Amino acid sequence: MSASPASPVPLPPALAEIADDFTSASNDLKLQLLLEFSDELPPMPERYAGDLSRLERVDECQSPLFLTVEVGEGESLDARVVNLFFDAPPEAPTTRGFAGILHEGLDGLSAAAVLAVPDDAPMRFGLAAAVSPLRLRGMVAMLSRIKRQVRAKTAV
Amino acid sequence: MSKTDSKIDAYAHPDRLVTTDWLAEQIAAGTVGRPDGVALLESDEDVLLYSTGHIPGALKVDWHVDLNDPVSRDYVDGAGFAKVLGSRGISRETTVVIYGDKSNWWAAYALWVFTLFGHEDVRLLDGGRAKWIAEGRELTRDVPTPAAVDYPVVERDDAPIRAFKDDVLAHLGRPLVDVRSPGEFSGELLHMPDYPQEGAMRGGHIPGATSVPWARAANDDGTFKSRPDLEAIYLTEQGLAPEDEVVAYCRIGERSSHTWFVLTHLLGFEAVRNYDGSWTEWGNAVRVPIEK
Repeated sequence: MSASPASPVPLPPALAEIADDFTSASNDLKLQLLLEFSDELPPMPERYAGDLSRLERVDECQSPLFLTVEVGEGESLDARVVNLFFDAPPEAPTTRGFAGILHEGLDGLSAAAVLAVPDDAPMRFGLAAAVSPLRLRGMVAMLSRIKRQVRAKTAV
Repeated sequence: MSKTDSKIDAYAHPDRLVTTDWLAEQIAAGTVGRPDGVALLESDEDVLLYSTGHIPGALKVDWHVDLNDPVSRDYVDGAGFAKVLGSRGISRETTVVIYGDKSNWWAAYALWVFTLFGHEDVRLLDGGRAKWIAEGRELTRDVPTPAAVDYPVVERDDAPIRAFKDDVLAHLGRPLVDVRSPGEFSGELLHMPDYPQEGAMRGGHIPGATSVPWARAANDDGTFKSRPDLEAIYLTEQGLAPEDEVVAYCRIGERSSHTWFVLTHLLGFEAVRNYDGSWTEWGNAVRVPIEK
């Protein structure tokens, strides 16, 4: 815990790039971007489809969202690759958009990099004014559950 | 502009509800979005849902971003409301039809806020977004760009239809309708099943409140139940009378707006107030009485 308040923990590059796109956009454009992430969220792979019991339900989202994390083999946390899978209905585009951001920004990173993502990352997109802080809680909850699953799946 | 519909005509204020057929005719006739015609607004829980596709001619109004004050826990003021409506090409005389997701919770909430400002002609689309889609009707991602008009700055008049915590304390002993789920009413749950924990310190209900979950007033397709079915619930079973002073509440006032609409406009109750502070205020307030 050596980071001083003046130098916040940086986001991984892909997530940082998304955060830059959002923070520099007007509120209308932020919603447009979020909709693109919602539209492009990859579907849940066949091996999970139809079996929601194998997925973790994120109750903090206003609409139902299920997620799961796969962690590949490797000798260290830096070598083990994380893949993320989400399932949310089309009637919940905001929730899907949050999931899409996390997928684009974190999928394929190492376990070490995912665990190093700061918990306040969802607050760095300038989304509070566009979607309301209340709704942002869903993304905070998704991130903390992703990190918890990575931690559990890499525990020895 | 009305059309005979036997279910709607039976309600106390039939001019407050329109059918999907009626709306489709208005769209076909080109009156939607015309300054002297009908303004169509979509009000959803999900801030992006409108953008995924909406009824042609509809504009978005967001309960949180547009209708709530960004700082204080309150609604926008007269100037803020004038901006929200004027920028959407709505004048004081415009007929406004609101629809939304979740059986029109957020549409009813928006209608209730419009009523705080005394907007005269504001109606709900029976069945909301879900019914329109279930009927296979057209959706579009095209966002209309209406010319802005001047909407007058009207002072909000809260007293007739909005109750604050002190009003509820003074009201104890008279009819209170708790429209939350049974688990929230009993105090077992501090929030809606499937919804985020929204931080109430205590569970239970306001003393003397009876539990009538909002959904009992809705059919499976999101439309309102018929007047006889609603009377069986609120008059016969609950023993309420149209002249009673009633306060309805839920968690933040959205589901109770639905019940407020049912009691006021469908059953003709004259003195129903929505307590929008609801459980997120009462369940956190110090030393208010709670029943479990």
